[in-house]
Amino acid sequence: MVFEGKVIKYGDNVDTDVIIPARYLNTSDKKELASHCMEDLDATFAGRVQNGDIMVAGFNFGCGSSREHAPIAIKESGISLVIAKSFARIFYRNSINIGLAILECPEAVDAIEEGHTVEADLDKGVITDKTTGKQFKTEPFPEFIQSIITNGGLVESIKNGSFK
Amino acid sequence: MGMTMTQKILAAHAGLDKVEAGQLILVNLDLVLGNDITSPVAIKEFNKLGAENVFDKDKVTMVMDHFAPNKDIKAAEQCKMCRDFCGEKDITNFYDVGEMGIEHALLPEKGLVVSGDAVIGADSHTCTYGALGAFSTGVGSTDMACGMATGKAWFKVPSAIKFELKGKLNKYVTGKDVILHIIGMIGVDGALYRSMEFTGEGLSSLSVSDRLCMANMAIEAGAKNGIFEVDEKTIEYVKEHSNREPKVYKADADAQYDETYVIDLSEIKPTVSFPHLPENTHTVDEIDDIKIDQVVIGSCTNGRLEDLQLAAEILKGKKVAKNVRTIIIPATQKIYLEAMEQGLLKIFIEAGAVVSTPTCGPCLGGYMGILAQGERAVATTNRNFVGRMGHVDSEIYLASPAVAAASAIAGKIAEPKEVM
Ligand code: SF4
Repeated sequence: MVFEGKVIKYGDNVDTDVIIPARYLNTSDKKELASHCMEDLDATFAGRVQNGDIMVAGFNFGCGSSREHAPIAIKESGISLVIAKSFARIFYRNSINIGLAILECPEAVDAIEEGHTVEADLDKGVITDKTTGKQFKTEPFPEFIQSIITNGGLVESIKNGSFK
Repeated sequence: MGMTMTQKILAAHAGLDKVEAGQLILVNLDLVLGNDITSPVAIKEFNKLGAENVFDKDKVTMVMDHFAPNKDIKAAEQCKMCRDFCGEKDITNFYDVGEMGIEHALLPEKGLVVSGDAVIGADSHTCTYGALGAFSTGVGSTDMACGMATGKAWFKVPSAIKFELKGKLNKYVTGKDVILHIIGMIGVDGALYRSMEFTGEGLSSLSVSDRLCMANMAIEAGAKNGIFEVDEKTIEYVKEHSNREPKVYKADADAQYDETYVIDLSEIKPTVSFPHLPENTHTVDEIDDIKIDQVVIGSCTNGRLEDLQLAAEILKGKKVAKNVRTIIIPATQKIYLEAMEQGLLKIFIEAGAVVSTPTCGPCLGGYMGILAQGERAVATTNRNFVGRMGHVDSEIYLASPAVAAASAIAGKIAEPKEVM
């Protein structure tokens, strides 16, 4: 899978309470969740995010609660891929399970800036900052996990028998 | 190479003799948990799977605790969806208003988790049950859905950090202070993807309540799970609450740990986490005056009977400071009843606090104690992220029930000896 998009960048420890505040958790409607995505950290996000944009962030992205509403809100807002220095573990597995693509690469995060255009090849683990031409190599996910993501998430994988 | 406690439980539940850190495995589950926020998403996913029934109606549990008693129409709809689903699938352990409590206080009390179990819950603080020597971890709603349908979950076997406890806690110092100290020391991602395993002779001086509180906050250090070595206290607790036999898994003598920390409990002081991360810890004796507007004593971290007893000991015969709204929330109906029978509620009310029915309420900024712009709270909860208890410009200071009660009286962050 290859993604290309413009970058929206945040810092370390972006927690699930700012990705989608609990006051909006009285619904599981994807559109409504997406409309409040990142609100407490960056109130401009929902208004400016474009389909296919790539979110770039620091360490421990998605820390805090297990609310799947967080990766759902990000995916539904149009973000195609999140690149972070590291992910909190529940967010990591939730993203895989719902089919939101994620990559860990600290060097890329340090070098890439807001507004740059980035291309990422998930199978090869290669990230290219097209604005500067710099390339970064990262560990691709194990086959088992890539298969869940490319099948559109865990539920789809169980349904089509690819999850064993 | 030997296995850690966590690795042994995971191996046994994957039908393997041996597992190694990094290995991907499929684990058979003893319990799958959800609440009124995460279950509706899981139910939708479950229905997409096309499964007729849950894998075992005794091994799925739902607890209506976050926005229950329903805080608004949408919350009511979410609880109704869970209630209907559990009714339809004939799920044994559905806990609604009147029977419910905060999930992580309720499940051990109901005997639904015993030592050696493998548990997933669509709530990050599912790691609480590690206090009983179980492997338990938070997952999302999709994992919950697939767990309900298949009784299985995928895991990457974690490596571990060992915490060797020694010595004894001083008066008015609790498990909360220990875990805040540890998170301050290793950071909010200090145990990322890994297990935190607690062992050592100091364990024997920690109550089950202290251990539940500490395991509860393993997630605040990024851990996959926190787990305590099983001792007589654990066995006694489990036997008192459950008919199921506890299974004891001890780490091998040659189990490999990424790091080992030795912690002398007698050196731990009352500790507070400043906004907006649990790792921003300070001991109370080193901080300047910090005036507060609200105190919350409750949550899955510190809403147990022992916590309320400690708060009552400090509040007895005293008054909370004017303009400090003090909200006390027993974590379960049983705790509420026991607190009433022991006269704790009277002490709280006479001190000028309010006592609420069990709920998560203000812990996640739901209701029952939301903060306005610029306000500060001392809370016995587990997270002090931006906006967690209300306005994005409000502040939460995490503390033990002893520090919270003392702060309520002092009107600023204080330790018990300042008001006793
Ligand atoms: S009390 Fe707070 S941390 Fe615990 S389950 Fe409820 S919302 Fe989550």
